[in-house]
Amino acid sequence: MNSSIFKNIIRFVGLVLIQVLILNNINFLGYINPYLYVLFLLLYPFNSNHSLFLVLAFLLGFSIDLFEDSGGIHAAACVVIAFVRPHLLRFSFGISYDHQNLRLSTTPFGARLTYIFLSILIHHFILFSLEMFSLNHIIIVLKKTLFSSIFSVLTIILSLAVFSKKYR
Amino acid sequence: MQQIFNFLIRNKNNILFLFLLALAIFFTIQTHSFHKSKFISSANGLTGGIYSWANDFDTYMHLDEYNKRLLEENKKLRNTLTNLSDTISVENHSDTSSFEGTYYFRTARVINNNYAKPNNYLTLNQGAANGIESEFGVITSKGVIGIVDRVNNKFSRVISILNSESRINAQLNKTNHFGSLVWNGKNPNLVQLIDVPRQAPVKEGDTIVTGGRSLIFPAGIPIGSIQDFTLDQSESYYQINVKLFNDMTNIGYVYVIENREKEEIRSLEAENEQ
Repeated sequence: MNSSIFKNIIRFVGLVLIQVLILNNINFLGYINPYLYVLFLLLYPFNSNHSLFLVLAFLLGFSIDLFEDSGGIHAAACVVIAFVRPHLLRFSFGISYDHQNLRLSTTPFGARLTYIFLSILIHHFILFSLEMFSLNHIIIVLKKTLFSSIFSVLTIILSLAVFSKKYR
Repeated sequence: MQQIFNFLIRNKNNILFLFLLALAIFFTIQTHSFHKSKFISSANGLTGGIYSWANDFDTYMHLDEYNKRLLEENKKLRNTLTNLSDTISVENHSDTSSFEGTYYFRTARVINNNYAKPNNYLTLNQGAANGIESEFGVITSKGVIGIVDRVNNKFSRVISILNSESRINAQLNKTNHFGSLVWNGKNPNLVQLIDVPRQAPVKEGDTIVTGGRSLIFPAGIPIGSIQDFTLDQSESYYQINVKLFNDMTNIGYVYVIENREKEEIRSLEAENEQ
């Protein structure tokens, strides 16, 4: 239990630092950045206290916001995916989620991809809608959501593959 | 009473979710209203410290380029200085306070820079302890960067020229027709000069400079050159695309400008209004 708490703290701090110091400066094609820090919410133990998870998601988004001067857009997006995560898990992994013995690294690739992609899509859509904060720019929001999502999902799958031994 | 408690306990996650979401959206709305974002900015000890630590490395990698820029600027200043010495006349100072000019320049380093979002900010490694206050102008040797908006002891946050909230008074270099400089959020190299009257002789390639009508920037600081222009819907004002002289994606060191006569002008204007 203690090692799990410790691992999650390290992951939290590490992902925030990687995000703000490296990934936010990529600006591929002018505006596309991968948002790897969502990985923390995807990997967070599935059978843990949901209230604590919501608070942690808020804190995670909020620390990114502090660095990016973006108000509360990351916090809002993170809280929403933390809230809908149980539904996403049930949708992607079906019955095995209810047995609470699920580990992300042991799931079939298709189901894992669905879970990651849906979470990222929801997160990015909320993020960019709040960032633009205007219905006139809905096309830009959708464009950014799509391209950034692809980029984020790729980064997340790659980093899962690289660190797969560690997270078993 | 029991039922209320039961209800609260049963729905504690939903309530917590709604509360946190409301809080996040509240913060978001606050940053969208100009000069009100009291709580969150990267000009605080923790984020500023981390940015400045990471930026030390980045600065080291760019030293060559910064040196080149300094040389360029020195060359330009030396040229103006030699030409100036022929024509200069002895100024008469009425008292000691007029020895120092109207504007005072400080140097600072950009430790964090955004340009890909609709509302961009920069963080500088100088703050109130170095004499920086909000509403000071920020420029480089090439042109305007933005305006300081939030200051703590060691760091300050700058509203970039690439921010939908930013409005800077600017004019044509050749004539005195002026307008406001805004950004449409699309290209970090292009800003828009709006409300320039139709009578103005606008030509592609002409230089745009600061207007000096605001109390923030001195007049005549370069901003960019005209890329193209169109008339707006009422056909009485130009909308001009201005290509910035500065590369906003790579800034490095900046000058922060203090207008020492700001308070006096303000108080005079306040008197006029009464």
